[in-house]
Amino acid sequence: MKILSKIYMGLVFLFLYAPILVLIVFSFNDTDTMSRSVWSGFSLRWYERLFQDRMILDALRNTLLIAVVSALLSTVLGTSAAIGINGMKRLPRRLMMNITNFPMVNPEIVTGVSMMLLFVFGARALGGLSLGMGSMILAHTTFCLPYVILSVLPKLRQMDGHLYEAAQDLGCPPVPSFFKVVLPEIMPGVVTGMIMAFTLSIDDFVISYFTSGTTQTLPIYIYSMTRKRVSPEINALSTLLFGAVLILLLVVNLRQARDKREQKARREEAAG
Amino acid sequence: MKKRILGLLLAVLFLTPLAAPAVATQGGEDGGEAAPLTGVTINVYNWGEYISNGVDGSLDVNAEFTRRTGIEVNYTTFESNESMYSKLVSGGANYDIIIPSDYMVSRLIDEGMLEKLNFDNIPNFQYIDEAYRNPVYDPQNEYSVPYTWGVVGIFYNKNYVTEEVDSWEILWDEQYAGKILMFDNPRDTFGIAQKLLGFSFNSTEESEWQEAAMLLKQQKPLVQAYVMDQIFDKMASGEAWLGPYYAGDAAILVEENPNIGFAIPTEEGTNFFVDAICIPKGAQHKEEAEAYINFLCDPEIAAANVDYIGYSTPESAAKALLDEEVVNNPIYYPPQEVLENAEIFINLPEETSLLLDELWAEVKMGGPGETATLIAILALFLALYIAAVLYKRRKAKREAG
Repeated sequence: MKILSKIYMGLVFLFLYAPILVLIVFSFNDTDTMSRSVWSGFSLRWYERLFQDRMILDALRNTLLIAVVSALLSTVLGTSAAIGINGMKRLPRRLMMNITNFPMVNPEIVTGVSMMLLFVFGARALGGLSLGMGSMILAHTTFCLPYVILSVLPKLRQMDGHLYEAAQDLGCPPVPSFFKVVLPEIMPGVVTGMIMAFTLSIDDFVISYFTSGTTQTLPIYIYSMTRKRVSPEINALSTLLFGAVLILLLVVNLRQARDKREQKARREEAAG
Repeated sequence: MKKRILGLLLAVLFLTPLAAPAVATQGGEDGGEAAPLTGVTINVYNWGEYISNGVDGSLDVNAEFTRRTGIEVNYTTFESNESMYSKLVSGGANYDIIIPSDYMVSRLIDEGMLEKLNFDNIPNFQYIDEAYRNPVYDPQNEYSVPYTWGVVGIFYNKNYVTEEVDSWEILWDEQYAGKILMFDNPRDTFGIAQKLLGFSFNSTEESEWQEAAMLLKQQKPLVQAYVMDQIFDKMASGEAWLGPYYAGDAAILVEENPNIGFAIPTEEGTNFFVDAICIPKGAQHKEEAEAYINFLCDPEIAAANVDYIGYSTPESAAKALLDEEVVNNPIYYPPQEVLENAEIFINLPEETSLLLDELWAEVKMGGPGETATLIAILALFLALYIAAVLYKRRKAKREAG
């Protein structure tokens, strides 16, 4: 039975990771036909070409810039919203949660088109501005917001509400006591929300497509290659992105584990 | 923890632009001083992978333009004429340069969406060969300047297709069932059937379109898939043996793989397509855009561009700068009789266009019969779901009561 369950687990992981493995392997493929399915030797040429291709790098820079800015914005907004919602009475809180959850269940295409209409209208009203980086950051912040709220809220509920009051009792003014007491308690939720917002923003295609104006992000650029051919440079880039995200997650998890160990040690010290 | 992550992200963010300019300067080492920046940026909207971009020692066309004129280029890309069109009409973006195909140019002209070009600002138009001036899609040649052109032909795997390929008929041959690919867009696919039947691409006769659709429905069981760029993988790996595509795109396929051949059905005729540079109505930097068009028409630049893209140039002066091998290759520059028998797409009237969409959906979806089965299956699932929900509810009630 144990072996069976192990095989089953192995199969699940294989299904999850096989596509990424294939992508990584083919990013080292040495071929001129830009083929994605015929293996013809190892080479680093696509990595070399990737760093020469200004258009891919520009698109990558736009994507990362939008992702970082909108992740930060939505984290700040979402965390403060979560604190507000947490302090509400039962009925308004449920109402508020429904309103914030709505954009998540709303089909992306509807969000995209309606945002485009709104932005075009707004841009016209402001005197013929073109959509671009600004409108995309607004759009991405908007659709990331509910995810941040959803990941911060449970942490707030877990927290003992008296901690904040205790800090003030001991003479800490409200703002510092928020940063010194509340924020450290809900930090894991905030970080999770921010990482989620960051990744959601990086791979969003539908909403970006409608709100991008004359700015191009990576998903849009890759999609535009589909008439000619999606170049293996994209495999190389995806491999690098995958690696970067993997390292990011490892760093976060290792730090979390270390923090926990330290906390435990400190507690034991205090007890002993 | 937050700071650490932020630091990482910002590091990535600031490293990427550092890498880019180092390469950007590579293109223009020779020839004169760089012009000072004018502070103007033009928005260019072109097909994906459709300009020489400085990779592998090729010329970075946009960087060279900025170096020569001081005008910056914000370059973005699309994957089909239709998506370019919808972006243009949505009003969300102000483009100064667009590069649509022939029929889309005529549609944009019909709808009054293009600016008339001031050819005084485009002296390099003189290099465009007579044959490519005043095309059917822009009869007075007021709105567009040809960028590249090409023809459609059949790619085939010589290991499996040993007979001579000289007719579209081969795409209907049952011995290649399941190994045939077709275009995944209506005009190119219907075009093949139309040429086989001896009709014009731009016909407005409903009966002719119906007949072409009948032919395509007959062919459907033999077709492996309706594809665009996947044709490269499918042909290279031997998964498919026969497929029509744009000559310039797949030329690398033939060069790299000696088993793959290319043929144009001369007798029946083929599609001759042109992608042309235009300025959309309301462009904010029209003069700078014209400078860009002029720059693209410079024979040296045009040669560098087609060398990278693989399509053919409308300029003899640019052709003279290309490799002898390329110029004499019938894939890139087909013989005169092919061109004489080839036809260009122009915009179809609304009515025909709607008919085409409908027929295309029928061909791909397999007509009303298959749609009915699809709906039946969906209805069955829905019924099962409702039954399950009702059953659960009743059970819950019984247990509660």
